[in-house]
Amino acid sequence: MSDRSSLRRPATTATSGGPRGGGVTDDEQFAEAPIPSPPSQSAAKHGRLGDRVFAGFATGAGVFMVVLIAAIGIFLLIQAIPPLADNKASFLFSRTWNADPADLNFGVLDLLLVTVFSSVFALVIAMPVSLGIALFLTQYAPRRAARPLAYLVDLLAAVPSIIYGLWGLEVLAPALSGFSVWLNENLGWIPIFADGNVSAQIGQTIFVAGIVLAVMLLPIITAVSREVFDRTPTPHLEGAIALGATKWEVIRTTVLPFGRPGYISASMLGLGRALGETIALLIILSTTTQFFGWSLFDGGDTIASKIARASAEFNDPKAAGAYVAAGLVLFALTFVVNAAARAIVAGHKEYE
Amino acid sequence: MAKRIDIKDLNLFYGSFHAVDGVTLAVPPRNVTAFIGPSGCGKSTVLRSLNRMHEVIPGARAEGQVLLDGEDIYSAAVDPVSVRRTIGMVFQRPNPFPTMSIRDNVVAGLRLAGVRDRKRLDEVAERALRGANLWAEVKDRLGKPGGGLSGGQQQRLCIARAIAVQPDVLLMDEPCSALDPISTLAIEDLIGELKKDYTIVIVTHNMQQAARVSDQTAFFNLAGVGQPGKLIEVDDTEKIFSNPSTKATEDYISGRFG
Ligand SMILES: Nc1ncnc2c1ncn2[C@@H]1O[C@H](COP(=O)(O)OP(=O)(O)OP(=O)(O)O)[C@@H](O)[C@H]1O
Ligand SMILES: [Mg+2]
Repeated sequence: MSDRSSLRRPATTATSGGPRGGGVTDDEQFAEAPIPSPPSQSAAKHGRLGDRVFAGFATGAGVFMVVLIAAIGIFLLIQAIPPLADNKASFLFSRTWNADPADLNFGVLDLLLVTVFSSVFALVIAMPVSLGIALFLTQYAPRRAARPLAYLVDLLAAVPSIIYGLWGLEVLAPALSGFSVWLNENLGWIPIFADGNVSAQIGQTIFVAGIVLAVMLLPIITAVSREVFDRTPTPHLEGAIALGATKWEVIRTTVLPFGRPGYISASMLGLGRALGETIALLIILSTTTQFFGWSLFDGGDTIASKIARASAEFNDPKAAGAYVAAGLVLFALTFVVNAAARAIVAGHKEYE
Repeated sequence: MAKRIDIKDLNLFYGSFHAVDGVTLAVPPRNVTAFIGPSGCGKSTVLRSLNRMHEVIPGARAEGQVLLDGEDIYSAAVDPVSVRRTIGMVFQRPNPFPTMSIRDNVVAGLRLAGVRDRKRLDEVAERALRGANLWAEVKDRLGKPGGGLSGGQQQRLCIARAIAVQPDVLLMDEPCSALDPISTLAIEDLIGELKKDYTIVIVTHNMQQAARVSDQTAFFNLAGVGQPGKLIEVDDTEKIFSNPSTKATEDYISGRFG
């Protein structure tokens, strides 16, 4: 027991100057706290009323959210059911899309494949680049440079997607033209670089669109990764440093394992964003009558860009309903991606 | 193994703040040296400067010499990473790597040094865990995460991690302050055994602990808030606790025992 007291003593001795004054004020606050409470029946009632009002408001807001989401869901389903009933093709497995109300013959598969393929391609580019940027900003860059650089990356998120689309079409597509053709000619035996259904040279391809998407994902993935890497607990960092770890080894043994769940969920967040991206893809991708053939040099449409492109047809409820059905598939997809992200993070909880 | 340390006129700074002033101190090999003194006098700062952990804090710097068997670890030619590989450190709060298994925690230092041979790693893990008096408790769950152990076990795991690389010196910053009396005793016993092989420097706020485990005690103090900490005196532990040569030391120590 005397061990304990001897452990405390020095602390009190050393802080006896200023901090002791702080202790007194604390005591005074404690002493004062009970005084207002006795004559405060009305105040207590007030408190209870306030509580009730706030609880009611919070519950109301919650219920309203649920009802709103349910209402949207039901509305969309009601819209989608009639055209699905009249559909001559298999909605999930057909690759043609014909939403002519007189001859409904639409399947979502081709759109779905283009959506997933372009998003995954974007993610494959954006994940390592974001990781590199986040590690550089948190671990390597001098602190004075890190702040403006991080701000610059964040700024990428503020650029409207229509600007990305124009940039992709007018700047990136011509700039990548030579490279695309080279890839196609030299690595064409790999399916994703094989001849596509639009011109690789002109570049209104999934290749260019995916790279634009990747740039759009960078700020999302980088921002979250930066946060989690920055929050690596100092004791773990110092533990690794004290064992004689080099900078990179410290990152490998502590920063990366600690940040992995955050990084993965950030990537999933980015994937969700990529799946739903509309305008940039609408501008960049060239439409085609051919099916998607697993090449980066294919054109086509994603679910979202297809819907946007068809907005003129929406005056007919049946045609609109077909697109609503496609939208529901997109919604289900992003929902699954988000759930997967959550599951991954939850699976790593034990390390936090 | 077990090298001696000679600290010569060491001044330590955090940015423009002069934290520790002119420490000169010899730490003999196979010997336990305790640092005692009031909070804020710079014990941790000095300890961390002995394996160049001090400079890890942004803006922190050191002036003066720390000789490890005569070689200055602060000379320009020395790589701080290699210094830390030969001078192990145990922190106040146990900090096993949470994503690594118990075994991987113990051999983390060897892995960093490039040892890949599984059999060798297993041997070292067992030897270090035995050395840290933890083997019996964890031998059936070496593959489980190190974060799943009790605080005292985690601290012994950290000691095992530090001794697995067979360092020349072992630095400990209040290794028992987060532990219960039984774990504390276990670690004190361990220090008694480890000093056969290692040079040990330990920071403690616990006078009895300093008296029990150390051969030599260094008392640090500071003149006032904002002033740098200073080494007041260093002597055999018995002498410091029975007949210190300065009034300040006597006051500090009698404050504990009074
Ligand atoms: N990271 C830091 N940045 C700036 N100043 C620091 C830092 N760490 C410690 N100091 C200052 O250096 C001085 C010595 O601190 P140090 O931690 O070495 O004291 P200590 O003797 O170990 O105290 P304790 O017994 O409370 O652990 C103190 O004035 C402290 O405020
Ligand atoms: Mg300390």
